[in-house]
Amino acid sequence: MAGKASRAAFGEALLELGAKDERIVTVDADLSKSTMTGGFGKKFPDRHFNVGIAESGMIGLAAGLALTGHVPFACSFACFLVGRFETIRVSVAYSDAPVKLVGTHVGVAIGEDGYTQMGLEDMACLRALPNIPILQPADEIETRQAVAYAVEHPGPIYLRLTRQGLEPVHEASYRFRFGKADVLRPGHDVTVLATGGTVWYALEAAKALAAEGIQAEVVNVGTVKPLDEETILRSAGRTGHVVTVEDHSISGGLGSAVAEMLAELMPTPLKRIGVTTFGESGDMKGLYAKHGLDAAGITAAVRKFLRR
Amino acid sequence: MANPDVAKLETIAREGRVEILRMITHAGSGHPGGSLSVIDILADLYFNRLRLDPARPQWEDRDRFILSKGHCVPAQYYCMAKRGFFPMDRVITLRKLGSPLQGHPDRVALPGIEAATGSLGQGISVAVGMALGLKLAGKAARVYCVLGDGETQEGQVWESLMSAPKLGGPDHHLDNLCVILDYNGIQLDGFVKKILDLEPITEKLKAFAWAVLEVNGHDIAQVDKALDQAEANKGVPTFIVAHTVKGKGVSFMENDPEWHGKAPKPEEAVRAIREVVGEPVPQWAQPIIAELSALGKK
Repeated sequence: MAGKASRAAFGEALLELGAKDERIVTVDADLSKSTMTGGFGKKFPDRHFNVGIAESGMIGLAAGLALTGHVPFACSFACFLVGRFETIRVSVAYSDAPVKLVGTHVGVAIGEDGYTQMGLEDMACLRALPNIPILQPADEIETRQAVAYAVEHPGPIYLRLTRQGLEPVHEASYRFRFGKADVLRPGHDVTVLATGGTVWYALEAAKALAAEGIQAEVVNVGTVKPLDEETILRSAGRTGHVVTVEDHSISGGLGSAVAEMLAELMPTPLKRIGVTTFGESGDMKGLYAKHGLDAAGITAAVRKFLRR
Repeated sequence: MANPDVAKLETIAREGRVEILRMITHAGSGHPGGSLSVIDILADLYFNRLRLDPARPQWEDRDRFILSKGHCVPAQYYCMAKRGFFPMDRVITLRKLGSPLQGHPDRVALPGIEAATGSLGQGISVAVGMALGLKLAGKAARVYCVLGDGETQEGQVWESLMSAPKLGGPDHHLDNLCVILDYNGIQLDGFVKKILDLEPITEKLKAFAWAVLEVNGHDIAQVDKALDQAEANKGVPTFIVAHTVKGKGVSFMENDPEWHGKAPKPEEAVRAIREVVGEPVPQWAQPIIAELSALGKK
């Protein structure tokens, strides 16, 4: 992978935004080298707080900072951050404290470290809270703009970021719009909704499918919550078949959100691709092949789904 | 503050006990024991300490108060009403559908509440964040947080206790933070000592580099003096161990774990209120006794 990891793009964006906006502070729990806030800490040591390996305290601290006028980015691996769900639930969500929650190292893509370090249930947990939007950018340019949006968003918000590098999927002219999905490749046979690091694989799969005569419409769902119902329904109405792809548990993430929405508004045949087991150690390539998240897996799933 | 009007504060606390019993009885559920143990501390905070403006609950320079032991919010609701955040008669909407007086504090529903609490262990973390946030913003405002003793068993409390004396240095030490432990010795399942003893609590806090003070949490002059000392402490946050009695002021509730989370029946509330105000019943308490007596006959 040649592209930049979304965590790295986040770290760079934060440096730029932090230079213009003194309200921005970062809070970490001993993972700032991994969440990429270390650069911010070097440049703005007075606005960078490391509470030690104490994520619950970190989230509460961030809520207090947010409620005294600052714009805190509270960062950790997604599993450790959202693992302290109860503190997010009460001190951030219910108190409506505008904390910017940043979960990195999402999905089986992190590979060798194995399941305990993989953020696989974070979207499922946070989707259950009524006031925390979920952003999962697919490449560097989207990440930078999503971070800038998060600063301006009036309430709490969650950014879901990857450890691995991401190939660009957007043109330089791309403009992030909160709550909007963007059609990256038009097609009329099947709608493929992907998010985060899987978007590039969905595009690769669409190329392979096109060679077989299947025209897949690939949609990047950068905002998983609130879901862009309009764009998804328009595409699904045309293709009549929807596939979701995410490096997250098959339960509670993008696929679930889409299933819920389609079932209520426009029942449409749906195939969800996601992680159905615990994760495990291994190389990313092998893991993506095993979980059907790579281009070959997505291609095969779409082919089978369309019975072609 | 220098020379507090202790008699006045004691009168407020006495009325607070009556209103606590009144609102919990109307609600039919709630936590009288810990509300009665903390009311003297809150009376001093709300009526002799906190710089607040009920007309501008979001005033940037206000002092912050967080009741980390959120289940005892009836004591706070009384103080807020008495200070003018809302009319006192609204306290009887406690826990009723549509009321901003939620069973546990709700920041969004009720202006003047600084953080949602009740999920124990969280309020102190938010208080530490606020203390840091105010320091960074160059504000002179102070942050007060009341912690429960059972609550202090939560791991998250110790994360904050460990970090607060270290945070903010070298220019922004959190000497604007004062945590008060309502040490009544009883939690839901029984006595703190038997379930998970906190002792030696003062030694633990000192080892964590807090300035530690001990007071009788029902002696308002002592509480006030300790809060003065907390304000004078420079470079470190202050932790006040306030020894209290659960159910304080009502003989049949005192030191009885049964009254941690049980509402009195109206006739019990009347008996309790008579005990709190003494004989003859002062004029202000008479309508409340009449109201609760009527409630009992319904």
